[in-house]
Amino acid sequence: MTTTIRLQREAFDAAAEAALLTRGRADVGAVVTFTGLCRADENGEPIAALTLEHYPDMAEAEIARHVEEARARWPLMGVTVIHRYGRIAPGEVIVLVVTASSHREAAFAAASFLMDYLKTRAPFWKQVEKASGKTWVAAKAADDTAAGRWSAPPSRREAAKS
Amino acid sequence: MKLLYFAWVRERIGLAEEEIDPPAGVATVGELVAWLTKRGEGYAYAFENPKVIRTAIDRNHVRADTRIDGANEIAFFPPMTGG
Repeated sequence: MTTTIRLQREAFDAAAEAALLTRGRADVGAVVTFTGLCRADENGEPIAALTLEHYPDMAEAEIARHVEEARARWPLMGVTVIHRYGRIAPGEVIVLVVTASSHREAAFAAASFLMDYLKTRAPFWKQVEKASGKTWVAAKAADDTAAGRWSAPPSRREAAKS
Repeated sequence: MKLLYFAWVRERIGLAEEEIDPPAGVATVGELVAWLTKRGEGYAYAFENPKVIRTAIDRNHVRADTRIDGANEIAFFPPMTGG
């Protein structure tokens, strides 16, 4: 499997990264590309920019652990994760997850799983610049809930409902 | 051992990293936080609500009851907001 993990200051080209996963092969039937972008507002208030702080060595290790976990759960042929750090202006890209598989279910699920974990487990912190000053973005409970759905195997979740 | 601080934990303490040698009896992450809290106003402010602070030992997420012996690098930070 092709795995690419990069933490970088510069922007990336999502289409070019996705094309790299299928170049020279004809066994890939599905590629899912997720791009996270910097919005121009935070809770209705306009923002000038985001600054992403990160813990470099741990971020890389943590993403690699989750890519391994995704590989163990789904039959993947390629995964690319790119996460930017530093100052990012509204409209610019922040994060990229690309997953390749023979069928769409695995590619969709793995991309969703990786994004949920990037949000809650990868050591990155967003600070927003507004007219009123700089503030750290608070973690959202909804993101923890989204990540939590991957922690119990489906059979156990079904059992918990009954 | 080396301590690392990130985001508002770093800002409140006023340091990105430091070397420390905690006394005997400071055996777990929770006890280390309690000891750090007594080191000054910035530390007390950073750790005022210890439940929200996340910790990593040697680049792995750990809990407050994890033992710190043998750790080379312990990082303290707020809940993560990447992605």
